Amino acid sequence: MVMSSLKLQDLIEEIRGAKTQAQEREVIQKECAHIRASFRDGDPLHRHRQLAKLLYVHMLGYPAHFGQMECLKLIASPRFIDKRVGYLGAMLLLDERQDAHLLITNSIKNDLSQGIQAVQGLALCTLSTMGSAEMCRDLATEVEKLLLERSPYLRKKAVLTAVHMIRKVPELSDTFLPVCAKLLHERHHGVLLGTITLITELCERSPAALKHFRKVVPQLVQILRTLVSTTGYSAEHSISGVSDPFLQVQILRLLRILGRNHEESSESMNDLLAQVATNTDTSRNAGSAVLFETVLTIVDIRSAAGLRVLAVNILGRFLLNSDKNIRYVALTSLLRLVQSDHSAVQRHRPTVVECLREPDASLSRRALELSLALVNSSNVRAMTQELQGFLETCPLDLRADCASGILLAAERFAPTKRWHIDTILRVLTMAGTHVRDDAVANLTQLIGGAQELHAYSVRRLYSALAQDISQQPLVQVAAWCIGEYGDLLLEGSCEETEPLQVEEEEVLALLERVLQSHMSLPATRGYALTALMKLSTRLRGDNNRIRQVVSIYGSCLDVELQQRAVEYNTLFRKYDHMRAAILEKMPLVERGGPQADEEVKESQEATRLLEPAPVPTEPQASKLLDLLDLLDGPSEDSQQPAPVDPSAEGTLIHLLDLPCAPLAPAPIPNLKVFEREGLQLNLSFVRPPGTPTLLVITVTATNASEGDVTHFICQAAVPKSFQLQLQAPSGDTVPAQGGLPVTQVLRVLNPNKAPLRLKLRLTYNHYGQSVQEVFEVNNLPVETWQ
Amino acid sequence: MIQAILVFNNHGKPRLVRFYQRFPEEIQQQIVRETFHLVLKRDDNICNFLEGGSLIGGSDYKLIYRHYATLYFVFCVDSSESELGILDLIQVFVETLDKCFENVCELDLIFHMDKVHYILQEVVMGGMVLETNMNEIVAQIEAQNRLEKSEGGLSAAPARAVSAVKNINLPEMPRNINIGDLSIKVPNLSQFV
Repeated sequence: MVMSSLKLQDLIEEIRGAKTQAQEREVIQKECAHIRASFRDGDPLHRHRQLAKLLYVHMLGYPAHFGQMECLKLIASPRFIDKRVGYLGAMLLLDERQDAHLLITNSIKNDLSQGIQAVQGLALCTLSTMGSAEMCRDLATEVEKLLLERSPYLRKKAVLTAVHMIRKVPELSDTFLPVCAKLLHERHHGVLLGTITLITELCERSPAALKHFRKVVPQLVQILRTLVSTTGYSAEHSISGVSDPFLQVQILRLLRILGRNHEESSESMNDLLAQVATNTDTSRNAGSAVLFETVLTIVDIRSAAGLRVLAVNILGRFLLNSDKNIRYVALTSLLRLVQSDHSAVQRHRPTVVECLREPDASLSRRALELSLALVNSSNVRAMTQELQGFLETCPLDLRADCASGILLAAERFAPTKRWHIDTILRVLTMAGTHVRDDAVANLTQLIGGAQELHAYSVRRLYSALAQDISQQPLVQVAAWCIGEYGDLLLEGSCEETEPLQVEEEEVLALLERVLQSHMSLPATRGYALTALMKLSTRLRGDNNRIRQVVSIYGSCLDVELQQRAVEYNTLFRKYDHMRAAILEKMPLVERGGPQADEEVKESQEATRLLEPAPVPTEPQASKLLDLLDLLDGPSEDSQQPAPVDPSAEGTLIHLLDLPCAPLAPAPIPNLKVFEREGLQLNLSFVRPPGTPTLLVITVTATNASEGDVTHFICQAAVPKSFQLQLQAPSGDTVPAQGGLPVTQVLRVLNPNKAPLRLKLRLTYNHYGQSVQEVFEVNNLPVETWQ
Repeated sequence: MIQAILVFNNHGKPRLVRFYQRFPEEIQQQIVRETFHLVLKRDDNICNFLEGGSLIGGSDYKLIYRHYATLYFVFCVDSSESELGILDLIQVFVETLDKCFENVCELDLIFHMDKVHYILQEVVMGGMVLETNMNEIVAQIEAQNRLEKSEGGLSAAPARAVSAVKNINLPEMPRNINIGDLSIKVPNLSQFV
């Protein structure tokens, strides 16, 4: 009895009849149960129908893995109708990850030599779609045989299968390389197309093959020439009047690969390329496709200069085409050219900028990339203006790219510092949330470095902040600036901006608003609090308001803010005498490289390690350290400590309000304080004439022994009434046998002119052992403290 | 190389899904949905190229699509294919479908999904362009259909005979056929009904 099973059409009808997703699922589940039962019962006659239904529901997204073995059975069947569905199922359901796929290798092998063209074609198709490396290796010889078949249908399929095989098993290149030359003599377009694809794949994979196929360049030129000539015109293959554009494009691409960096080949192509470039009818898409490929080829090979100019001009013409597709491809191609033919592409800059205004997102994205690549020092002002206009209206996903692009361009080509600051300001105002994290650090550094623009910057930033406190990067920079240069803000006029009369109270109110706003990130709040603190020394009025705010935040829930507030509070109360010095203006921040970073880290470590030293100067030193941390805070982005760390170094100097005077020749005698196993420590002393309370000690460590001294760290401690500052040592390794000594500078402030006492602690590795020495320096010359 | 060929209608229902690079089933469905959403957002008078979605390969891949009445034909290709060339290829494919189905419409694709696959296999194979000459493709498809029918003729005969018998309306048949001198007694065939 014949089992009643739905035909594929009927099943589809039923599925379409389902009104809801749930109904559809029900229908399909019922049918899948039938299909499974049918597979189990093994009805061979209708198996293909069941699999066809299964493939349909698979396309809709339902599981179909239980059909995999059925594919194998169908492929093994002698009937074409079975094989057809079976192979389709194999291509859709099987892949390298299932072991089942290897089982069809034998079937494919048999079908490849079967003699019925359609069946052989099916086998080749399946092999080229899902053939794994093992399958390709097993069946390589069969495919090779088919390349020499009489039927062009089989040959064209075999050639493309060969391409797939080479991709899976690169060693097979050697098998398929010899036959290519013969295949190039084909008349059949399909086979020719496949052959060109094969040769392209071979050349892309191996330089040896590339060299080998350079020989066929003349042949390729001839084929292409025949195609474009009127005698070679083949109506069958023509698309809107262009003779087989697919083949033309493939040949052009192969010529590009063969002619790249090769004078001789490029030369033989020149005429043909010129001919194609000028004669191709571009009224329809097909011709444009060919022309584009020609242009790309001309530009990539060593073509004649005149030809290159022609190519770029063709692209420029395409930019003005009304067809959006053509404009898109033109923009993409120009982007590829912009490195090699920059000046030629520059000529089309106005058109490119026009394309920025396209409503089409794909086009405007391409135009943006190209515009950014075209910015140079002569057009930077105009281009930045255009790009800023674009930034205002562009879709959100392009904002980040646009903003960073503008900032990068500004950095590279800024004509003046003021313009640079203006540009960054505008970008931050418009798209602040989309800029990269280091924009804030960059801007603060830029402003810090442009001393003449401090007043200008702080005014601009103040106005911007007064209008909008939501753009976080802008708020952070503005807060920092107001804190640093608040006095300039209140001073009065600045020639470069309109006169802005700002009251102290307004400034404080603004910063308080930033502090309290729910839009402010914790980092921003930190900036604002520190700025308020700095203003306490810059403003002339009394500090009650500031003190109030600071003490309120002493109980803030955010731990970072709380710590700052508490420390600032202490600064107001116990250490008021130091407040002015601590909150002085920061020196110019160096763009920190990794070396500066290390140095500073070492000095910070060294100063921190002072704490465990059993010396009564401890509380003061540790307070010093906390304050150092404090001052590191506002100028540090949580993500980018690098460029700002060096400021800690600089801050230390200003902390003590001491100029870094060059060391005058020391009248005070040097002192040897330590010697052990060839490592010697010498102290030299300088009393700079301008500052009677300062003593500069230079510690020099020399190594006369046979072994290197590594991880050398020297720490010092002084009595309570003194103030000590360790600068970064020159290094931490003293090479053996009189290698370059390590020096470190200690600055000692002695306001009370008390007798100097100095304790040193050394840690280092020498001869594989770690050594620690603590000792007091005796016999310090009187001149060091009197 | 062509990574995937997707055909879906204006509501996102898939009509043809063919991947030339292996993705697990859930990812395949996700890609179809994501592609549909990307393509749906496009106006009709902007360019036919889209940067690929995040699931298919990333920045090297583009979606090249054409909208025909109720169907979107989307080819996902990498940078080695000529964009304008693929536009023409889509056109060739659709025209071939038109020739094979005689004024093809969405229903043809729905009800003959397998046949559409077979036609596609003659145009694109293994992610590469195989043949663009419409006459050749159509000739090949017709040869295959003939092969299928000829086979089907031999093995389907028993099935046809059986269904013919089933369709005989036995209760209606006269018990006796009297034509002139002849009297034919019709056997009782009810057990075959």
